[in-house]
Amino acid sequence: MIISAAVAIAEARRGRLGERVYSGRSRAIFERGYIAFKSSTWMVILSGFVEPVLYLFAFGYGLGELIGNIESNGLSIPYAAYIAPALLATSAMNGAIYDSTMNIFFKLNHDRIYHGMLATSLGPLDVALGEIGLALLRGFLYGVGFMAVVAPLGLIPSLWGILAIPAAVLIAFGFAAVGMALTTYMKSFQQLEIINIFLLPMFLFSGSFYPLSVFPEWLQFIIKALPLSQAIHLVRGLTLGQINIGLLGHISYFIVMIVVGLFFTTKRLNALFMK
Amino acid sequence: MSTSNIRQGSLEIVDQEKIISRGSLYVAQARLAAMMKWVWMILAIAVANPVLYLLSIGVGVGAFIDKSAGPAGIDGVKYLTFLAPALLATAAIQGAIDESVFPTLEGFNGWKNFFGMNATPISGNQIATGVFLASFVRVVGTVIIYWFVMLAFGALESSKAWLAIPTAVMAGVAFGSITQAIAGLLKDENMFFVIFNRFILMPLFLFSGTFYPLSSMPSYLQWIGWISPLWHSTELGRYLTYGHALTQTMAITHMVFLLTLLVLGIFFSRRIFTQRLAK
Amino acid sequence: MSSPLITARGLTKKFDEFVAVDEIDFDVARGESFGLLGPNGAGKSTTMRIIGATSQRTSGDLTILGMDPEKFGPQIRAHLGVVPQQDNLDMQLSVSENLYIYGRYFGLSRKFLKTKIEELLEFAQLEEKRNAKVESLSGGMKRRLTIARGLVSEPEILMLDEPTTGLDPQARHILWDRLFRLKEQGVTLVITTHFMDEAEQLCDRLVVMDKGKIMAEGSPAQLIKDYSTKEVLEIRFGSERNSAMAEQLRGMCDRIEELPDRILLYSEDGEALLEKIYSAGMHPKTSLVRRSSLEDVFLRLTGRTLVD
Repeated sequence: MIISAAVAIAEARRGRLGERVYSGRSRAIFERGYIAFKSSTWMVILSGFVEPVLYLFAFGYGLGELIGNIESNGLSIPYAAYIAPALLATSAMNGAIYDSTMNIFFKLNHDRIYHGMLATSLGPLDVALGEIGLALLRGFLYGVGFMAVVAPLGLIPSLWGILAIPAAVLIAFGFAAVGMALTTYMKSFQQLEIINIFLLPMFLFSGSFYPLSVFPEWLQFIIKALPLSQAIHLVRGLTLGQINIGLLGHISYFIVMIVVGLFFTTKRLNALFMK
Repeated sequence: MSTSNIRQGSLEIVDQEKIISRGSLYVAQARLAAMMKWVWMILAIAVANPVLYLLSIGVGVGAFIDKSAGPAGIDGVKYLTFLAPALLATAAIQGAIDESVFPTLEGFNGWKNFFGMNATPISGNQIATGVFLASFVRVVGTVIIYWFVMLAFGALESSKAWLAIPTAVMAGVAFGSITQAIAGLLKDENMFFVIFNRFILMPLFLFSGTFYPLSSMPSYLQWIGWISPLWHSTELGRYLTYGHALTQTMAITHMVFLLTLLVLGIFFSRRIFTQRLAK
Repeated sequence: MSSPLITARGLTKKFDEFVAVDEIDFDVARGESFGLLGPNGAGKSTTMRIIGATSQRTSGDLTILGMDPEKFGPQIRAHLGVVPQQDNLDMQLSVSENLYIYGRYFGLSRKFLKTKIEELLEFAQLEEKRNAKVESLSGGMKRRLTIARGLVSEPEILMLDEPTTGLDPQARHILWDRLFRLKEQGVTLVITTHFMDEAEQLCDRLVVMDKGKIMAEGSPAQLIKDYSTKEVLEIRFGSERNSAMAEQLRGMCDRIEELPDRILLYSEDGEALLEKIYSAGMHPKTSLVRRSSLEDVFLRLTGRTLVD
């Protein structure tokens, strides 16, 4: 009997762990994203890079004039150097959230694209990983682009700062995984707004613009538990060269976000499309 | 043959002229009804936005600025007082854009409900005016809520402070009417928001003398303020809420700028809507 | 004769309390064109999704190419080409990119796809549209592209859910022609439809479904022979007189069906029956003699029409 290539490829994975949800071809989803991206969204991507740069100039230099230096872990740091890592972390978050909420919501509810994907021998985990992979690529590009702007300005005093790029990828991964998981539970654009309502205060109070020490003890405790605050402290620790064991804590925080996010996304895609 | 089962239908006596002349009010009514569906969300945003920004930037960043500025303050006042009128006008602009851009894109590209409206006696001009009126209502509501939050934060120092409400509303509707006209031209909505937000709104928000006096920016960037309704409205707002120095000529300039923008915005939205519907 | 490609026994699907598919049995043989005929809501699409291994049955047995879809979903889907009721083409991509990326979902190589895409574009008569955005295509073109996309993996079974719903008559005929060619190439077709003409045109064998159950099974010709007469006479007396006249006509023919707008009289010889009616002094406003169709079979089985 002659069998088609598609069958041979699918049969080759028979008996592998998780074969029903994962075919090892998330790169096909990634490739789709790349083709679609080539034709349309590059302006959006570019704009995501411009945003933190604008904030840096407006706040770092404009407000910096008025504020002067700021204390961080006993060091006196120019204001622009203080907020630069926070802006990098925030743009990694925003890019990942945009990719994994608005974009995914549209594909889930309007385009029916996932119906098509999951009618092939792909599994839901391929889809989740492929989509999130795009968010990672974006996090990486933002990290590199932002560093290319801020490093020549002398805002990255430590060599450890180069690690801010992989850190941005990790942060994007965490937010994208959780963002996609949440999106699969959303039923309307209005519900998606809830995510944004949560993001704004997180952005404003996570210690982007000044040390958390201005807040009362109990509030500091809550803020520190929020993902953006974790992200900012991770990136800031690296760019300022303040390396300590606490950074490992931040890293594990994001690993947990990734695992939990992927688990629920896969589960939910299964329930939505394979019921 | 009996015709008893053919319904006669009750003919309502209507004044056609009156109905046709009120078209824009019907459109505005429909828009407001749509807004009412998530009125709680709008109200929550209207309250939470000023509280969060004033707390985070006004109080938080303000603590550092006031410490380094000393008793002279920024423009003679606390940073919070300086910042608040700019945020007030920003909220007005944000509200106006939400209610002019979204419905316009939906109306032409998404549900295409404008074409449905246009199939009734309602004209393109009336649809444009109706959408504008509804966004005007939203802006007034947003600004009034914001104003009371400012009051609660002690950011209003002048007896003329209530006049900052109309000047902020002006910024909102002037900007909103222009964006409504632009949105009426768009065929593909996908990327517009993100690009508009980040390349137009964001720079205007950051560089219109919002967070520090326009004069402290490099002179080659100060033109941004001059083309920005936000700066013109903020200057008026600062004068009205705490007595920021403002000459009469400048005050008139700011008002004329905002009014001109508003008139142009309404004129072009009406024209663009009519032309697009007739196509 | 080889064993069937698809075997279902007691196949059942419930959504909470609602029974969408109710203990159905059927077999699909290699190379045949198998139809599921029934009105909207009969359970056809649900059955298709279970066969497509994207929906799990509640109970019963199902084997596709000897495999249980619950255990071997990805392997089974590799054998299938799926054309869903609603086109779910990728709107962000062009025509040829749609074919390419769909092939990549199956893990097919770029080299293989390069020649395959040319073949499929020709098959779907979309060569000139290869670089067009999907959005700009007509309904018929989108449908052909969806079918071409379903063929990219060279499937043994092509599943078509309501393939021509919403298309104009010309587009339907083009599509039917393409499906015939596939049949000639030995592809097994599983088709759902609520158009009896489509079922008669395309299906070697079909099951008539209603409310999740199979009402009858056989070839179109056999079903018509078993459940209807050779000819049908359709007459109208006007909406107010139809029912009174129907009473008088009872007994003049094998079977009579009274519809809101017309009366159907089943007979081996329609013309002769019409003569009889005239000579009995009845004068219908319009009359039409036609051959029995699957529509009549469905009416006989369920008392309802297929399209309402």
